[in-house]
Amino acid sequence: MNYKALTAIAVALSLPLSAHADADDDTLVLNEEETLVTKTAAPAHLSDVMDEVMSGWHFRSDETQALQMDDFENPAMVFVDKAFDAWNTVEGTEEKSCASCHDDVEESMAGVRAVYPKWNEQAGEVRTLAMQVNDCRENQMGAKAWKYTGGDMTAMEALISVQSRGMPVNVAIDGPVQSVWEQGKEMYYARTGQLELSCANCHEDSYGLMIRADHLSQGQINGFPTYRLKNAKLNNVHARFKGCVRDTRAETYKPGSADFVALELYVASRGNGLAVEGPSVRN
Amino acid sequence: MEFSRRETLGLALGAAVMTVLPLRASASVVDDRIAEFTGGAEMADTGIELTAPEIAENGNTVPISVDAPGATAIMVLATGNPTPGVATFNFGPLAGSQSASTRIRLAGTQDVVAIAKLADGSFAKASAAVKVTIGGCGG
Amino acid sequence: MASGVKPRVKVPKKATPGEAITIKTLISHQMESGQRKDKEGNVIPRSIINRFTCEFNGQLVTDITIEPAVSTNPYFQFEALVPEAGDFKFTWYDDDGSVYDATKSIAMA
Repeated sequence: MNYKALTAIAVALSLPLSAHADADDDTLVLNEEETLVTKTAAPAHLSDVMDEVMSGWHFRSDETQALQMDDFENPAMVFVDKAFDAWNTVEGTEEKSCASCHDDVEESMAGVRAVYPKWNEQAGEVRTLAMQVNDCRENQMGAKAWKYTGGDMTAMEALISVQSRGMPVNVAIDGPVQSVWEQGKEMYYARTGQLELSCANCHEDSYGLMIRADHLSQGQINGFPTYRLKNAKLNNVHARFKGCVRDTRAETYKPGSADFVALELYVASRGNGLAVEGPSVRN
Repeated sequence: MEFSRRETLGLALGAAVMTVLPLRASASVVDDRIAEFTGGAEMADTGIELTAPEIAENGNTVPISVDAPGATAIMVLATGNPTPGVATFNFGPLAGSQSASTRIRLAGTQDVVAIAKLADGSFAKASAAVKVTIGGCGG
Repeated sequence: MASGVKPRVKVPKKATPGEAITIKTLISHQMESGQRKDKEGNVIPRSIINRFTCEFNGQLVTDITIEPAVSTNPYFQFEALVPEAGDFKFTWYDDDGSVYDATKSIAMA
């Protein structure tokens, strides 16, 4: 019996309401055309803790899964439409739109979401997609930065994600980002809050179990931004992290903070090889 | 022991579904809405189909569909909501079928009811029990 | 007018005369139910899309009365008969008096 099984049993014994609710074996086919990779071999850096990584899509009900399989059923796509309008809207003192520099979003943003967060050489920092969007707005367009977790930002992230859908997540973990990645990894395994829970306690040790009446997934972020049924809007990674940390009854980090950037880089790297799904639909 | 996903959901629900429904609409409000729509006429239990999930992952967005061949209108009520009204579908001459799908809010586990006014002036009723699960961490 | 309301409609580009086609519609809207309270405990007033209609060349396909139990970003799917080429007109009516519309043309195959 391996360590993971032992841990799973220990957790099962300690939680009176827990039951097995493993990921299903359904296949995510988008618009009856494109099959997305939702389960794949774990990246090398995870090889001693798990064999397979899987999308949160597998932990949802058939009805919720169906919402993501068709771009008209997916309620997030209306926000992608809105962001498409924003892409072409001139704003700020420089009288530029996104399109002024990046032209056609379908061409210029293809593959971008798959490699974020990534190192920005000029700035000498790791940047999330949202940080890059705001850098463009402030420094290229002369426009006001968007709220990190606001509707304009999550919609723009969704528009950019769509251009990479189906491509494998492939964030770099070495070179200039390595120290930030290590920081993120440390955070992932650090117990926090009054409940003394780390990310790993739920999403590595206990995925496939129930937490109350819900399924614990691996906490992969390849589907972000995600339209949650719970709040009926798009949610970006940092908004979700904040909710998770709050639920451990800890003081949360701020969306856009260096701490969450590091955590996002590390969590994204745990999904290297899974298809970009954003905007996904989750509970 | 092996459980299928559905059985597992069922087991988990047995343990965890909320059984107390705050703000439930009183039966008389539901009855009044039905009487207003039917004029008090009898309702057949065939002639209309209501499709809803047995278990809804989230009460915020529950997919339902109704189908009543030949109907002129279909009213949908959520009997356990604070106000039971959901929607009334009126079908015109260019309706391709007397069916429709939408997504609705359910305040908790309850019966959803659909009543069709058929072309001959008679009425038909269907109902579906939907269990609404509570969330994980945040509820 | 509620801010940033945007409709989405899916209609096939072509049909054969007399064919029943499937139409899907969605509009971004908060659908404030009138049941929620703000941080101070005051009820947030109801503000929803209360009616949706679809017409083809001026003839009614469906007219839906909508109540607060319809989800945020209301979605409807239904079927329409297409006797000839023409235009679908979709109209959403907001509690605040705003009216949003969309039009889609369909050709004969």
